[in-house]
Amino acid sequence: MIIAIAAVLCLLSLVGAIMTIHSKKLSIGIIASGLVSLTASILFLLLAAPDVALTEASIGSGLTTIIFFYALNKIRQNHD
Amino acid sequence: MIKKIIIIGLLAGVGVIFFQLFQAYQVPTILSNKLAVYYAQNAAREVGAANLVSAIVVTYRGFDTLGEVTILFLTAAIISFVLKLKKEDRVPDRPIRETSELLTSSSQVIVPVIFLVGIYIFINGHLTPGGGFQGGAVIASGVLLMLLANPHMEVSHKLVAFIESLSGIGFVVVGVLGLILAGGFLDNRFLPLGTFGTLISAGALPLIYIFIGLKVGAELSNILGTISTHQNEKNS
Repeated sequence: MIIAIAAVLCLLSLVGAIMTIHSKKLSIGIIASGLVSLTASILFLLLAAPDVALTEASIGSGLTTIIFFYALNKIRQNHD
Repeated sequence: MIKKIIIIGLLAGVGVIFFQLFQAYQVPTILSNKLAVYYAQNAAREVGAANLVSAIVVTYRGFDTLGEVTILFLTAAIISFVLKLKKEDRVPDRPIRETSELLTSSSQVIVPVIFLVGIYIFINGHLTPGGGFQGGAVIASGVLLMLLANPHMEVSHKLVAFIESLSGIGFVVVGVLGLILAGGFLDNRFLPLGTFGTLISAGALPLIYIFIGLKVGAELSNILGTISTHQNEKNS
């Protein structure tokens, strides 16, 4: 059961990584890169490393995604 | 074409290497490392923390944590130095695009909750997974959300610097107190260990984690605030 969940998460992570590179809209790419971190964090949790999972979720999936959005917002402001 | 073939070849090579690692891995049934055995058997009695990871990170390997905090402090200082603004460079009335109503309203609801979660994570660092660094990062993401919702906001550098220096000094003072009153630098046993698994237990460990959490949160917020004020600089 756990192996099936892990396999689905790995596939999701791969899909997120490919979407990050190939998406036409930048915002979709940012969300997809956040998805990669999120699946990695759930995988860490399944591997019984909750501390690492919390770090990955708070920094990789939380802070980095919001920083990317902040930068994107700034670029758009300069284009106006 | 050749570039693509090389890229695919490299990816296949990496895949083969990882598959070999995956094939060769066997779940260890006994702890073979003597240090790991020592930690697993004695950490609960010696440190009194329910979370073994934070017991190792903050007390046995506390010196490494001091180094990590110093590296983060240096990063924040260098970013502030590189992005330093003179008073005449500031253009405060540059038009800033208004943020959407949705973001402004929802951030007012969600930011206090984010701060609360961050503080919960580092106060309970000795009981539940997580600790100072994670809690600090959560607090900084709350500050970033505030900056996103209100671009005119400025992070008060005086307040941030005050919190940062206070918690930095507190961290080192607790470490030196451990050196004087107990076994060594950052030893948490100069305060009573208390009941195993309760909030006020594990000696000085919660105190150390609160200092680390405040310091990391203040440093990351300082970086974000510096980048945000840099936005108002003239486009030269």
